[in-house]
Amino acid sequence: MTDVSSAAPLLQVTQLSKQFPGVRALDGVSLSLYPGEVLAVIGENGAGKSTLMKILAGIQPPDAGEVRLDGKVVSIDSIQAASKLGISLIHQELNLADNLDIGSNIFLGREPHRWGVVDRRAVDRASKELLEQVGLDYSPRTLVRNLSVGQQQMVEIAKALSVQSRVLIMDEPTSSLSQRETDNLYRVIHSLRDAGVSIIYISHRLGEVTDLADRVVVLRDGHNAGDLAKSAINHDNMVKLMVGRDFSEVRAYTPRPLGEEVLSVTGLVTAMHPKHPVSFSVRAGEIVGIGGLVGAGRTELLQALFGVVPPLAGTIAVAQEDTSITCPIDAIDAGIALVPEDRKQHGLILEMAVRENCSLASVKRDQNRGLLNREEERCICQEMVEKLHIKTPSDQQIAQVLSGGNQQKVVLGKWLAMKPRILLLDEPTRGIDVGAKREIYQLMEELAESGVAIIFVSSEMEEILHLPDRALIFHEGQLAGELAHGELTEEAVMHLATGTVVAA
Amino acid sequence: MKKILGIFGLLVVVFVFTAMNSENFLSAYNMQNTFRWIGLFGVIGVGVAMVIITGGIDLSIGSVIGLVGSLLALFLAKGYSPWVMVPALLVGSAGIGLFHGLLITKVRLQPFVVTLCSLLFLRGIGRYATADQSVGFGQGFDILGTLAHGSIPLGGFSLPVPFISMLIVALIAGFLLQFTIYGRYLFALGRNEEAARYSGINTDRVTIGAYVFCSLCAGFSGIVFALDLNTVQPAGMGEFYELYAIAAAVLGGCSLRGGEGSIIGVVIGTAVIIVLKNAINILNLPSQLEFAIIGAVLLAGVIVDELVKRMVARKRAEVAG
Repeated sequence: MTDVSSAAPLLQVTQLSKQFPGVRALDGVSLSLYPGEVLAVIGENGAGKSTLMKILAGIQPPDAGEVRLDGKVVSIDSIQAASKLGISLIHQELNLADNLDIGSNIFLGREPHRWGVVDRRAVDRASKELLEQVGLDYSPRTLVRNLSVGQQQMVEIAKALSVQSRVLIMDEPTSSLSQRETDNLYRVIHSLRDAGVSIIYISHRLGEVTDLADRVVVLRDGHNAGDLAKSAINHDNMVKLMVGRDFSEVRAYTPRPLGEEVLSVTGLVTAMHPKHPVSFSVRAGEIVGIGGLVGAGRTELLQALFGVVPPLAGTIAVAQEDTSITCPIDAIDAGIALVPEDRKQHGLILEMAVRENCSLASVKRDQNRGLLNREEERCICQEMVEKLHIKTPSDQQIAQVLSGGNQQKVVLGKWLAMKPRILLLDEPTRGIDVGAKREIYQLMEELAESGVAIIFVSSEMEEILHLPDRALIFHEGQLAGELAHGELTEEAVMHLATGTVVAA
Repeated sequence: MKKILGIFGLLVVVFVFTAMNSENFLSAYNMQNTFRWIGLFGVIGVGVAMVIITGGIDLSIGSVIGLVGSLLALFLAKGYSPWVMVPALLVGSAGIGLFHGLLITKVRLQPFVVTLCSLLFLRGIGRYATADQSVGFGQGFDILGTLAHGSIPLGGFSLPVPFISMLIVALIAGFLLQFTIYGRYLFALGRNEEAARYSGINTDRVTIGAYVFCSLCAGFSGIVFALDLNTVQPAGMGEFYELYAIAAAVLGGCSLRGGEGSIIGVVIGTAVIIVLKNAINILNLPSQLEFAIIGAVLLAGVIVDELVKRMVARKRAEVAG
């Protein structure tokens, strides 16, 4: 840890502003980054984090303000310029060529060569050292395609190190990592910090920020909302600054009356974990949380229930009737809806209008001899926009330009329009801001009250602890245990999720 | 809408330029001929547009035209009734489309590969069936011939029947795309097939439907082209026609990535190509330049289109921040 008061800042950003048509993305934002510190930048979606990082990485120019590196004013007008100055951005979506091997990726565009021929030995030698630094025990000749997301991220970091980066900007680096990969990332971040590299860490996961950051800068609506020194970093303080009001994410739990059993799964086997049949049941009006680590087979379970990847064996009974689900159409006919994990790939047709997305699943139900009923469609969308508070200039706006939270609401709207009996949600609040999260929690509770059975998968401990009536915890494909709301503690969940205790 | 304005502007420019440089261009005879050709090629343009909207492609159109045309001539010359042959050939064409669709959706082959194989296979079958000999229709198919040669007087102008057929096909396709659930699904899966599947759309069936429609259009065209020519050369008939169709669709605003396109655009795109062909002829430009001119115009069209798209995307990115 660095003594912040005495050292001179490595990077100093003063009064940075950026205007987009209709939006003031950044309005006089300042921050300092000291050598060898981990600075977390947090804020709701739309707070200006991404814009700030894009400016620092040379992807977009600022309208006003200055950036100083080592006290000297610098102009970062391209990614190459940023790289020359030693600033590297590690994107949320990784930018590797997965058809090439690790070494080729690290030195892509900067290959050591002799007479125009790549000096493969030099590549391998240098790559090996870098891989050791990031704790990746693979040959530089391994194809990137064969690495997990977490390992690919390490390759990105190695690539950044290969250009002697002094400032490493990480944008939501853990969003798709397993626990073990996250731990390794922490380790690498610590060792980089100790080696004097400064890290700007952007995350929605406040727990990570608490663990990692030496200092926190909070942005809100394009302004500086406040800084937190190491000793002041805790969940409540961060949330208070982010939303600008006192708001406890811990929701008061009130037990709901439960109805009849609407879903009963017996001996369900998915292709990912063929050895572990899963059985459970859910009642109307119940909220069931599915917890576990990444790779525990939770997403696969939901996909099997929705018929995306049909189960290998087992029976699914909806409202006490055996139901064969071999494709999403079967599931929808049985009243099951799925809000998928990846809303951009699976949830939305990004280039289509909000209205068309909202009606996509229900349009067939309201069909009138195969013709589109545009008036009906408009009404459905109108209803959803109002009910879910979807912020969009018009229902003809294409879904792509909405914020993550509003996109997620459109996906929810699509399914609510067909009034499901059973709603499956896969990481429903991933990558969306605190305000939208709260609305989605509330919506889940309202739906449950109206009798919908809700099953959600979440990697956020908070959600598993506070939202559900009951949680099913998975460990490597096995249903490791079931916890009633009263039994839900962090320890109990982690014990089951890591396999230290397997309930009988 | 803006896209159509662009291509419509191009049509007007080519049209006015040609009209100013040749008095024959606007003559009733030449106009009727131009409309007839727009009709003949428009049908396959509309057909392939449906497939392109799914994100696919159909390269077999020319060979379907050749095969259907050859078989029609062959069997009519042998004395089979046209009232049997025409429906049979249409059903057969739909079958070819069904086969393409099944291979693409169920076996998961790439549309390019599947229809490329068909392009070769069907051409070979057509040539074998006719022993590669030209087949003539002879006389006596007046009613059927109306499909190719007929026209409906409209004041001082007679509207050729092929143009009317094309309008009917275009209306059907346009109606499907704009007013039916099927059309909505077609656009949705062209944009994002996975998300469409997750929304409970039977994407396989929707895709197969598009290929059946396309091959059916090709089969219908094959019949009309054969009647138009009156003599069918199995080796050459319809060759490269798929490229005209694809070019018209792309000019008319269909994206080969799928999910985009309008029928009215495709019809105007076809008109641009046909008018260009006609202009080269009527202005006494060297006919060897025909392909070069069409190619250049098409290239210019897509470049402008891409630049416009990029501008729109940049604006959008700025708004989104």
